[in-house]
This record gives sequence, structure tokens and C-alpha cells, in this order.
Amino acid sequence: MKMDARPPVLAAERLTVQVGRRDVCRELDFTLQAGDTLVILGRNGAGKTTLLHTLAGLRDAARGAVLLSGQPYAAWPRGHEACLRGLLAQSQPDFFSATVLETALVGRHPYLGRWDWEGPDDEAIALAALAQMGLESLATRQVPTLSGGERQRLSIAALLVQQPRLYLLDEPLAHLDLHHQVAVLDHFRSLAASGAGVAMVLHDINLTARYASHVLLLDGEGGHVIGPAAEVLTTARLSAAFGHPLRAIADGEHTLFVPA
Amino acid sequence: MAQGSAATGGIGMHAVRRRAAAALAGLVLVALMVFAWSLSAGALPVSINDLLTALTGTEGGMEADIIRNLRLPRAVAAFACGGLLALAGALMQVLLRNPLADPYVLGISGGAAVGALGAILAGAASGWIDAGAFVGALGATLLVFGLAHGDGSWTQTRLLLTGVIVAAGCGAAVALMLSLAPEGRVKGMLFWLMGDASGATRPWPALALLAVGLAAALPFARELNLLARGEVTARALGVRVGRLRGLVYGLGSLLTAVAVTTVGSVGFIGLIVPHLVRLAIGNDQRLLLPAATLAGGVLLCAADTAARTVVAPIQLPVGVLTALIGVPVFLFLLARHPR
Repeated sequence: MKMDARPPVLAAERLTVQVGRRDVCRELDFTLQAGDTLVILGRNGAGKTTLLHTLAGLRDAARGAVLLSGQPYAAWPRGHEACLRGLLAQSQPDFFSATVLETALVGRHPYLGRWDWEGPDDEAIALAALAQMGLESLATRQVPTLSGGERQRLSIAALLVQQPRLYLLDEPLAHLDLHHQVAVLDHFRSLAASGAGVAMVLHDINLTARYASHVLLLDGEGGHVIGPAAEVLTTARLSAAFGHPLRAIADGEHTLFVPA
Repeated sequence: MAQGSAATGGIGMHAVRRRAAAALAGLVLVALMVFAWSLSAGALPVSINDLLTALTGTEGGMEADIIRNLRLPRAVAAFACGGLLALAGALMQVLLRNPLADPYVLGISGGAAVGALGAILAGAASGWIDAGAFVGALGATLLVFGLAHGDGSWTQTRLLLTGVIVAAGCGAAVALMLSLAPEGRVKGMLFWLMGDASGATRPWPALALLAVGLAAALPFARELNLLARGEVTARALGVRVGRLRGLVYGLGSLLTAVAVTTVGSVGFIGLIVPHLVRLAIGNDQRLLLPAATLAGGVLLCAADTAARTVVAPIQLPVGVLTALIGVPVFLFLLARHPR
């Protein structure tokens, strides 16, 4: 156990999440400490996004509690929760144009008063985040002219601009090429190493094995397994959860899971 | 990072805002010029000097009388309603996240038309026509909101579809009333439908609401920027989306209802002015809302002045002119901005 006087970044206590009458998870308990990276795995429609939104405080749980830095969302002063946790939502179509820099600056919203405008400091933070996502040369471009992968990196940059303590990521690798997949995961690993908590929905089991400290596996019927990555990621559990047989291939250093 | 800032310093947010502020100042100037033109042009042309004397002086005379009691209320009504419609259109486009949205998309003009034409059909006095339009507009708003809100999850699509259906129903009722109306009343009904500022004798409530509406919307402008980017993102950044949507819906409806009551359902301003302004200064609502308000006022005031002067003594319905001016300007701007 790390010695950290601060409360865990995120905790779920006997959390039951439902969509309609269907259970996404029942009686889920976990704590996410600073430095942890939790990956949520499960088949399509298992409720991963619903669970992530519940953990983000955007949706009420059926039962149980979600604690952000030790307190339920409702206990934080209104608006302050957005300084503590950020959510990368699944990409939505843009109907109106905006520049890349303007879009990155939305991450400063929680820090600005009602009448404030983004200042030079905010702009410097936004430009730094754009640089981290390799978008600094596109700062003045209109968003609709970007490719899908560039837009995804822009969404991530806007999240970095928010500078939360907890990062909740819904399929952060969508539309990204191999290089940027690894670069993005490396970046969040370094953020975790410097004191953030990360929870994300992924579909790539092998990248999960490489980057997750903990894994939550949803079986799609309300059941779940959660624990250290190496304990949860077994062929038996993964095969059952995804409804497709998997094989593990080990070369001594890495274990790769491939569809059988 | 210093390098990054320096590289984009000249094209960063600061420069964008300076350009936008210049555009706003320019719009204020254009508004004053259009006002002067509107007050001086007509069957009795008035010079700028005489105009100032008539507006500031207290002495009577036909010239002062025409300016103070005929042209001024009409110009103010046109400006205020143009502003109301453009502001409402900008708000609706964000609320529905749909560039095709306009103030009438949720059936407000249809409801107002049913109310107003019903009053005309019944032979009511002009005050009752206004009342009918206002009640009809708010009735349609409440109907759409109530139906779309049914299961508590009013998505934009559901709201939009409900609005379109209610508008279609109102359109049928309007057509029915037109076909049943006696010959003598049809022309008045058609003028009301196309929009007409000539009967606007009490423009000050509309102008006051314009100021109040803009002042009410501006504190939420940055939140509207987030809402335009998507509901989940906005909520994750701390925006109370439900409350914001309710505010935008209510405000947009009220602005539109008052505009429609004052000058009839003038088309086009609410759809096209926000887009025109967006093409010129971008989509930051903090600048877009005041700029669209000014531009909408300018456009309707200019169109109304042209409507009563170009083929004088015949008065054209102003709604026809807004479309005739707006369509080519919009197409030109759109063609100039290739994506």
C-alpha cells in the first residue's frame, strides 16, 4: 500500500447501476488510488459507458454510492467537481465550426467565473495540451477540417486542459492509429504516475494487459470481476465475458490474448 | 511552451476577440446609419439636420409628426423584432444543436398564425389580433414542450420532430381559415402571414424585451458554447444542462412570441442572421449573441424601410424583402468560405 494521506481518487461502495430494469453491475466495490489505472472491459452493450457516466456523477446509481476524493458528488460545491474529475465522452458529431484552440479552451470552463474570459494563462495551458497531443501546428484550424483521429486527440487535449485529479475515459483510442494509441496510453500512465487516477473503457485486451493496474470485467448480465490486472485477465474469464474463446500466447515477457 | 505561444500569438484568442470587437463596433455604426435612413426616407424625404431637430425638438409640424409618430415606432419595431428573431434563432440553433433550426422550428409561428388569423377571421380589433398571436405562440410552445417532455428524456430530435409536426398542424389550420375567410379579410391575413411592420404602433415593449433577453442570455453564453459541443461534455464540465435548456427554451420562445405578435411571422431572419454572423466572427456565443442581435435588427429595419420606399406608394410585405436580401448574401458568403 502506498502511503497517501489523501482519500482515494474514486471509490464505489456497493454500487448497483441499472439501465431500465437491466443490471450493469451489482454491489460493485472498489477504490481507485492516485497512481492506479483501472480498465473496464466488457462486450458491446454491457453498460460500460453507463457505468463510466455513473462514476462521473452524471447519472444516478440504482443503489450504493460513488465517492469522488472521499465525498459523494452531491457534497461538492456545484461546479467544483469539474475541477476534480474529467470525462472523455465518446465522440459526437460537430454541427458548428470552431477553431482547435477554442475547442481545447473549453477545458478551462470550470476554472472561470461567469463573466471571465480565457486569459493568456489559460491559453498557455491549452497550447501545452495541444502540443502533448501533437496538435500544436493545427491550433488555428477549424475542427471540421480535422481527421477523425485528430479530433479524438483534440478531445483528449481539451480533457488535459481541464487538469482534473481523476480521468474517466470512454474509448480513448477510438480512431487513433497504432502510434497514437500507445502515445495516448503512455501519457495517461505518466499522469497516473504523477498522482492522478485513471479509469477507462477499452476494447483492446492486450493494451489493457500492458497498461492497466486493475481491471473490471463486466459480464453483461450484472456480474463482474474486479482486481489486479494479472488476476482478472485470464483466458477463462475473458472467454466467458466476451462470449468468444480466447487463447493466451506467452513469450516469457508478455502474454498476448488472441481469438481462438 | 513559450515557443508555442509565440508562434500562435498573432492568431490566438486575443486577435480573434479584437476582430470580433471591431465587428461589433462596426455593427453599432451600421445600425445607427440604417436608423437614420429609415427615419429620413419615404414619401416626405427629410434631411439629417431636420431629422435631429424633429427628434430632439418639441415643436410640432407635419414633418416632426411623421417622424415621431409614424417612422420612429415603425423603425424601432422592425429593429427590435429583427433582433429578437435573430437572438431567438441563435439560441434555438444551440438548443437543438441543429444549424437548420430557426425561431419557428418548434411551431411558434404556426401557433401565433392560428391565433392571429382566428382573431382576424372573427373580425377582432388589432389589439385582439396581437393577443391572439401571443396566446397562440405560447400555446404552441407549451404543447411542443409538453409532448416532447413526455417521458422525461427530451432529446433534441424528439423536440425537433414534435415542433415540426405541431407546425404542420398549424399550417393546415391556417390554410383552412384562409379558404373559409371572406374575400375582404384575406389580404390582411396574407400580410400578417408574410410579416408586416406597418401596424406596429407600440414598439417599446419589444425593444425592452430585446435588451432584457440579451442581458439574460449573455451570462450563460460560455455554457451555451459547451452545450453546442454536446450534452455529455457540457455536463462533465459542470454545466447544469437541464436548467440551461429550460432557460434557453423559455427565453427563445418568449422572444419569438413577442416578435411575431409585433410584426407577424417574418421569415428568414432567425435562420440566416446567426449563420451570417457565425461566418464572419465565429461561433463563440459571447460574441455571436450580441452580434446576431444587432445584425438581425439592422437587416429587418433596412428591409422594412426598403419595403415601404422602393415601389412607393405600394408597401411590400417585409418578409418577402428579408428573403430577397438574405438569400443572395448568404449564398455569396457560403460560397466564399469553402470547407
